[in-house]
Amino acid sequence: MEILLFGITRDIVGDHTLVWQGAKPESVGQLRKMLIERYPEFQSLSSLAIAVNSELTSEDHPVSDTDELALIPPVSGG
Amino acid sequence: MKNFGPEAQEKLSAAKVLVVGAGGLGVPVLQYLNAMGIGTLGIVDHDRIELSNLHRQVLYDEGDIGKYKADVAGKKLSAQNSDTEIQVYRMEFKLKNAEALISDFDLVIDATDNFATRYLINDVCVLNGKPFVYGGLYGYEGQVSIFNYENGPSLRCLFPEMPGPDEVPDCNINGVLGVLPAIIGNFQALEAVKLITGIGELSSGKLMIYDGWNQRITKVGIKRVASHFNITELAGHYEEVSVESGITISPEEINKLMLSHRDLMIIDVRENREYNKFHLEGSLNVPLSRLNAELGQIPETEAVLVVCQSGIRSRKAVSILSELKIPIYELKGGINNYLYYADNR
Repeated sequence: MEILLFGITRDIVGDHTLVWQGAKPESVGQLRKMLIERYPEFQSLSSLAIAVNSELTSEDHPVSDTDELALIPPVSGG
Repeated sequence: MKNFGPEAQEKLSAAKVLVVGAGGLGVPVLQYLNAMGIGTLGIVDHDRIELSNLHRQVLYDEGDIGKYKADVAGKKLSAQNSDTEIQVYRMEFKLKNAEALISDFDLVIDATDNFATRYLINDVCVLNGKPFVYGGLYGYEGQVSIFNYENGPSLRCLFPEMPGPDEVPDCNINGVLGVLPAIIGNFQALEAVKLITGIGELSSGKLMIYDGWNQRITKVGIKRVASHFNITELAGHYEEVSVESGITISPEEINKLMLSHRDLMIIDVRENREYNKFHLEGSLNVPLSRLNAELGQIPETEAVLVVCQSGIRSRKAVSILSELKIPIYELKGGINNYLYYADNR
């Protein structure tokens, strides 16, 4: 499973994409929890949007190996 | 031009657009909307022009340093197109004046540089039924969308809660490449022109993310969430809370700093794997997650330079390191900025 990273999530992970290894999340909400376990800095992001196949979805939306995921945090600069 | 005739031009000259922020995003938005013949342009900004603005806010020049952005922008835009009715509001966009400021305008452009004003713009536009064009920057990326347009979503459908003060660093902490705000600001101007004239496909309901690093555009669909439109009054707090900061230095200042503090200790607060990829010579690796616990083990020194990947973790580290009661410096934009500087030296 490959996850596209944007904004601060690139800095947290240290790359532009994250190839997910190990236990697979079954839903968006589960991915969110697992991200925090692997990268504690995700805990501090109060509004992190997660897109599945280019659509923002609900926390219970299922995710599978073939889905294209993206982590989109808010940005403040101007 | 195909699909854009005299009728479209008429619509532009009848339009009233309020641009909140006359900085990196606001400058290109204002210049192009003004040049294209928007009838009335409002400018809200309370900042003065600084030298560090000039690399990206190209409406201003060295002689303008110290003057108010709104005043200078108003004057220069009038010289650019004397037909535009320019309304200068040299003030901060705040809870107490937000409704009055937007009341005379059809469209608002969010060209601000902080979350508090962005969420205030969202809420006041939702409350008053006005669309706004959103644009934001982070590093080499920018986001653009149209919110609260017809039955489309709002900013809160994308990011429900306003981020806290130390979650995401802004351009002043993190740095921004001069040309990036111009790209994103021009995307905003384009969306504004399309919305006003009714041409093209609008980015309402879609977030566009532009990545300047690889020139890639990613679009993500956003659904309208009804509960985010139940705003009956502006009751939230829209004030930024300031966080403790160290003395920020840019990569080119590192050598100077080392000369003035012979005993300077460089602490890299990234994770081990990031540190192992690249680090500054002589730096000590103490990941942010362990910094508090290992504070007592840091050898005595007269000053600390704290670095991370982008400048956010170092800011958090500063508040922990401030206990040492010695000068704490933080590297602006982190290792990303340092590598960029090293590559372009």
